[in-house]
Amino acid sequence: MKKVVRGFYSVAYAVKLCKPQVICAYPITPQTEIVENLASMHANGELEGCEYITAESEFGAASILVGASAAGARVFTATCSQGLILMSEVLFNAAGMRLPIVLVNTNRSLSAPLSIWNDHQDSMALRDAGIIQLYVENNQEVHDAIPQAYKIAENRKVLLPFMICMDGYKLTHAYEPIDLLEQELVDNFLPPYKPIAYLTTKNPMAFGCYAPPHIYMEFRVAMQEAMDRARKIMLDVFKEWGEITGRDWGGHISVDFPDSKVMVLAMGSVVGLVRKVVHDLKKEGLDVGFVKVRTFRPFPIEDLRNAIKDCDKVVVLDRSVSFGYEGPLSIETKSILYKYSSADVYPFVIGLGGRDIPKDFVEKLIRDVIEGRERPQFAFKGYREFEEVVP
Amino acid sequence: MKIRLNIGGVSPPLQSEEIKTGDWGTQYPVVDKEKCTACRICQQYCPDLCIEVKEFGEEKYAVVDYNYCKGCGICSSVCPSEAITMEIKEIFKV
Amino acid sequence: MRFFGRGHGACPGCGLPIAVKNVLEALNGKCFIVNPTGCLEIISSQYGKNAWGVPYIHSLFENAAAVAAGIEAALRAMGRKDEGHVVVFAGDGATADIGVGPLSGVFDRNHDIIYICLDNEAYQNTGHQQSALTPTGESTTTTPAGKILPGKTGRKKDMVAIAVAHGIPYAATSSVAFPADIRRKVKKAANFEGAKYIQIHSPCVTGWGIDSRDSIKVARLAVETALYPIVEYENGKLVSVRKIKDRKPVTEYLKLQRRFRHLFKHPKGQEMIETIQKIADENAEKYGLDIK
Repeated sequence: MKKVVRGFYSVAYAVKLCKPQVICAYPITPQTEIVENLASMHANGELEGCEYITAESEFGAASILVGASAAGARVFTATCSQGLILMSEVLFNAAGMRLPIVLVNTNRSLSAPLSIWNDHQDSMALRDAGIIQLYVENNQEVHDAIPQAYKIAENRKVLLPFMICMDGYKLTHAYEPIDLLEQELVDNFLPPYKPIAYLTTKNPMAFGCYAPPHIYMEFRVAMQEAMDRARKIMLDVFKEWGEITGRDWGGHISVDFPDSKVMVLAMGSVVGLVRKVVHDLKKEGLDVGFVKVRTFRPFPIEDLRNAIKDCDKVVVLDRSVSFGYEGPLSIETKSILYKYSSADVYPFVIGLGGRDIPKDFVEKLIRDVIEGRERPQFAFKGYREFEEVVP
Repeated sequence: MKIRLNIGGVSPPLQSEEIKTGDWGTQYPVVDKEKCTACRICQQYCPDLCIEVKEFGEEKYAVVDYNYCKGCGICSSVCPSEAITMEIKEIFKV
Repeated sequence: MRFFGRGHGACPGCGLPIAVKNVLEALNGKCFIVNPTGCLEIISSQYGKNAWGVPYIHSLFENAAAVAAGIEAALRAMGRKDEGHVVVFAGDGATADIGVGPLSGVFDRNHDIIYICLDNEAYQNTGHQQSALTPTGESTTTTPAGKILPGKTGRKKDMVAIAVAHGIPYAATSSVAFPADIRRKVKKAANFEGAKYIQIHSPCVTGWGIDSRDSIKVARLAVETALYPIVEYENGKLVSVRKIKDRKPVTEYLKLQRRFRHLFKHPKGQEMIETIQKIADENAEKYGLDIK
């Protein structure tokens, strides 16, 4: 059923269809409407067999989900920015305890200075946690991603938290015509959660034991192996989804005009814009292609490497920065090219704190790279020159 | 040879019973079964769950499991009939 | 199956296992245990050396109350509420300091859990640092008795008052000196629907500096000097206290413990002892503890 709805409704609706058992919410702009929609649905009795808890902080919310997931329930929350960083302790803990918690992160900038606008600094700060990260380009993709996220996270060979990253405001508040999923399709695709082990008096086990040096490392290796297995399992799930819905979002990456001399990489909602710019430049006859990076963790090492190793120039449009070095996507792109390619990587950071990314700005940037007016070194693009002064 | 690793660090119950903490203490409790009234007060207090009132035909008195007893002396300190004395272990005697 | 196993790593004479085993016995093992980081967690839940015979989870230091709320919500959502009570065993630091935020949220939403604070009056597992429930006058490693300062000059946070202020149905204190009292209170708490708080005073042989044989004697003295009032609140009303016959002066309690011994030598020690006696007197007055 096609309906024009806002991004947060498409998230809430998909979550409802996945029949979660515990939803825990704490408000933070711009995700609040997701949990508000779920609260409405709960108040109207549309969420059967689901407990909805208004937590006292994001930390409390994530902790409630740890308990609920360990007891064997399917859980959901949404957060971003300061909330994500506040619950980061719990998310690291949940990844180590191998709890398949699914959360939607509505990418928002980090304080200080306070900013409610969009960039990727929040989710990038959690890239080491052992959480699967998927970046979506539009609201149909996030609507589709939620059942897939549960299926991947709850797979017994994976069992890691899954974070779906959708750009705050740009996607959450945007109206789009969404092909809303049917309950029957989701029921056939996503069976109820069957945990390997869960808290029960019938089989008393201890969860979250501490591990001295003689055994801790093995647990972390196991997490890495789960991430490695997730690469193939995610592709299988993406493929299955494409077959049953007719909407194929691609694999870990999706490539337009492969074998181009210049490749442009982007993640998140800016993908729509960059793809359009690249298509226009291609029409002009420029040798340029585009890579949408969907999965950031597990990083699509092989897929991305094969897509860009033979080109001359790789332009990476990061929307976050690892202070003291470069944007995370650029860093990781460079590292997978090491010894496999002589391509020049142009590590640019754009659009921090919701800084506008106009079409001609992107076009000019790509042209400057193609025509040699840019150098392959780190730069912020689209900011104003300033002088730091004492107030 | 691969070791078995429980996913997520989950552990089955009561594995600690394999660890015999009985060699921790320098003292051990001796129950005088004549004085013991089987009131079970020692059993309620023992932090190591190693003293239990047991029945032997007609007799009923507290029995210590020396596999686990750490020699803390709490049983001796709470016994209302003063039926438990703490003795120093042989290996600590000069 | 035993509810709590032997072979755990507690110090000889530790009060924590005494409290734990009496609570589990009172509930007949029909419970889910949530335990934050602390001594109890370290002695009982090493991977491969699990001492628990009931379902147990350890998450982080400060979120035990929230994790318990999550388990309770999940059990309700899955129709498994009758499987057992959700019980938290948390230390005083995890309860009154770092975990007080999530705890307040859980009390406020009145989740159906039994929250038991095992109060050994400091962060004992990390070597005896002061917590919000450390009493006045104690020398801890972060409030040590030095040339100028006589130990902790702050006061003991009244967690029972905080619990009662949230409007939860049941709040009480108890002590490992009286295991039958612990069992009675836990059984009673289990009959209430909503959040229940029980604070159990538990001696720490290593931290307090006492002989393990004196563990119970010291715990009894804390109650008999009115420094640890044993009280019970139901729906905000004080329903019972443990009265004291011939209340002992606080020095009887203080002199047995290394953590207070400096008070007998320090230049400000006498003043501090008088402050502590005043606290005891106020407790006796407030709760009507003295048998006249």
